[in-house]
Amino acid sequence: MADDKVLQAIDEPPVMESEICVTDELVEVYIMGKPYTVPASLTIMKAMEYVGYKLVRGVGCREGFCGACGTVFRRRGDYKLYSGLACQTLVEDGMYLTQIPSFPAEKAVYDIRELEPTANTILSYYPELARCVSCNSCTKVCPQEIDVMDYVNEALRGDIERAAHTSFDCIMCGLCTVRCHAEMPQYLIGILARRLYAAHIAARAQDLESRVQQILDGEFDKELADIKKLSEEELKDLYKKRDIEPT
Amino acid sequence: MGYPDYMRESIEKVNATRSKRLGVQYPRLTMEQGNEVLRDYHPDFKDEQKRNILVGPNRGDPANHEFADVLEAHPAIRPGDVDLEQVDWDVDVLVIGGGGAGSTAAMMAAEAGAKTLLVTKLRLGDANTMMAQGGIQAASKPQDSPTIHYLDVMGGGHFTNKPELVEALVKDAPLVIKWHEELGVMYDKDPDGTMLTIHGGGTSRKRMHSAKDYSGGEIMKTLRDEVRNRPEIEVVEFSSAVELIMDDKGACVGVVLMNMETQEYKIVRSKATVLATGGFGRLHIQGFETTNHYGATADGIVMAYHVGVKWVFMDSVQYHPTGAVFPEQIVGMLVTEKVRGLGAQVLNLDGDQFTYPLEPRDIESSKIIREVEKEGKGICTPTGKWGVWLDSPLIDLIHGPGTIERELPAMVRQYRRFDIDIIKDPVLIYPTLHYQNGGIDIDANTATSVPGLFAAGEVAGGIHGTNRLMGNSLLDVNVFGRRAGRSAAAYSRDAEPGKPTLEHLTRYEEELEKAKVETDRHAPILLPEYRPEHLREHMLDIPL
Repeated sequence: MADDKVLQAIDEPPVMESEICVTDELVEVYIMGKPYTVPASLTIMKAMEYVGYKLVRGVGCREGFCGACGTVFRRRGDYKLYSGLACQTLVEDGMYLTQIPSFPAEKAVYDIRELEPTANTILSYYPELARCVSCNSCTKVCPQEIDVMDYVNEALRGDIERAAHTSFDCIMCGLCTVRCHAEMPQYLIGILARRLYAAHIAARAQDLESRVQQILDGEFDKELADIKKLSEEELKDLYKKRDIEPT
Repeated sequence: MGYPDYMRESIEKVNATRSKRLGVQYPRLTMEQGNEVLRDYHPDFKDEQKRNILVGPNRGDPANHEFADVLEAHPAIRPGDVDLEQVDWDVDVLVIGGGGAGSTAAMMAAEAGAKTLLVTKLRLGDANTMMAQGGIQAASKPQDSPTIHYLDVMGGGHFTNKPELVEALVKDAPLVIKWHEELGVMYDKDPDGTMLTIHGGGTSRKRMHSAKDYSGGEIMKTLRDEVRNRPEIEVVEFSSAVELIMDDKGACVGVVLMNMETQEYKIVRSKATVLATGGFGRLHIQGFETTNHYGATADGIVMAYHVGVKWVFMDSVQYHPTGAVFPEQIVGMLVTEKVRGLGAQVLNLDGDQFTYPLEPRDIESSKIIREVEKEGKGICTPTGKWGVWLDSPLIDLIHGPGTIERELPAMVRQYRRFDIDIIKDPVLIYPTLHYQNGGIDIDANTATSVPGLFAAGEVAGGIHGTNRLMGNSLLDVNVFGRRAGRSAAAYSRDAEPGKPTLEHLTRYEEELEKAKVETDRHAPILLPEYRPEHLREHMLDIPL
């Protein structure tokens, strides 16, 4: 089959007559050890679909937010282990890849409202934190480029605030946990740090507190009942006349 | 990678005009001008893309062909395929869907003392909620009020919204943010605790609360963690609902589930059921690319339609003004409205502004389509797609260096993967299918017309009328998810389910036949199909 015919099948790109339209090169990738030839412009996820996988595991938001498609790979002639999200990483020639859609990790169960943000709180739920040997494998494998080992150590020191901020971009794909010598679930430690920080350390919003009280006291009930009764014309008029808070 | 040379010519014009554009605001359209551009350029107004539905409770109503295709389709199973008497779960409240609405519903139902089961097609948290970036609206500041929020929501929805639903939305909003604060959602705050809030398209007050540009992710991760902290909520993943079960009195009493990996079916008996299955982005309405989650295939609305539940505003679709169109690998991906909220302007081929950047989403999208289709001022990508520039570097010029990296880390990262630096160069965008404005007709307590069946989140309609404003869907899933959980738990206390049946599927088949619908389509479809056709034609169906 001609290469351009293969390309048409991906997502039927509109054919452009101008010279800027590029033809795609093909590369060989090894999906769980088996070689396939795919267009170089595809992400790992689209390449798997392109060769015939109907994905149930290892697929989610397809935009890099949900952590479903953590993938590890090696390159031909290179001993290093690489990682990425299948939905955000382009295929390369000679890429050996496998997805790790699920990996066992035990989540601590807690009532966040009852917890106190002390130096030992996180450690008491995840004592394996103390087993960190600072090998940095977690940071190296993180597809979000988070300094995972840093937040593990911040959590270990009891610096909940820093651990919360350092881990903020975590999408909980779990690749760190796969690689961890100390066998700890870093991503679960991260979310405990963030929840502890937001619920117990960050100052509470006073405006919000007062507004909630006003609503519970029924202060807006009449206003809302009145505006609900307006005719469409009256409402449009009010809408046109509304003042806009300056940016 | 990065931008090809021919695109750089246009980018240089954008970079050259930037300092001159700083502080120069393009005028906002009047309501009349807005309506005109909608009528001429919005995809909702393209009648040839729609047809009138031939069957079911909305028979005769217009629907986009792609949506009509899943309604004018055979039900996923036939009554004889399953044994309803062999019950695998017997619960008070069944929640179908593991996103924002489903998670909150399950929590509230369990808190109300109901024995609660949450089932989801993929993983808990696999939902559009996880992907929402920009923020969540709530009138939490003194210069704002639920009433002003109400007016903005109605105006954004072109005054078609159901007032009682809007009232619920705006009144519960601050309560939701407070609840999140207690649960430990890391909102952006000043050191004194004041929430940082900005404008969104169509807002008259700065009421957009955010968690950087991971707002939905931060909320969803917290809700998921909280659901997992409550052992009283049973969660079953990778199990899709395929059809609702009714009783002989016309109430919904459970669901047929299918294990997505083994295809084994299971029967859930429930006194009350909450549909929280999300929207239909992955049907690719009118061929548009989508920002939506892989599982957004309209399953809930199809199952509800089979038992006679009507929908509203389903021919109204939200095209997010700023979906990525370059590079090819991320086409359709959301570029958050927060980018414009922070001051980025929308520019054409020549680097000129042609629209107020924060019009309501439908108008903004229509202006972009107009600039490309009518004015011919779009930029073509190497694969033949069209777009206009979103001038992200302007943000650091307005708010100071470092703002983009601090406020938009997800976006910086996504583009950096393809060697594009959004701090120095603009990004190419075009409207992309983002949200199902309509959905199942519900009341303020999320009840549908079928006793025992409730609906919350994107699957439900009427809250946003024919156009949703940014930040009101993260709000919607929380407000109505919470209400659905409570309503379902309350209903379940007195419910006495009768004899289970799937007779409604037989009736639906009869209706299809009567309407002379001849098709081999089945729905709900559960997942979209992205395998190439030539390959599917060469697949054998041999049991292994």
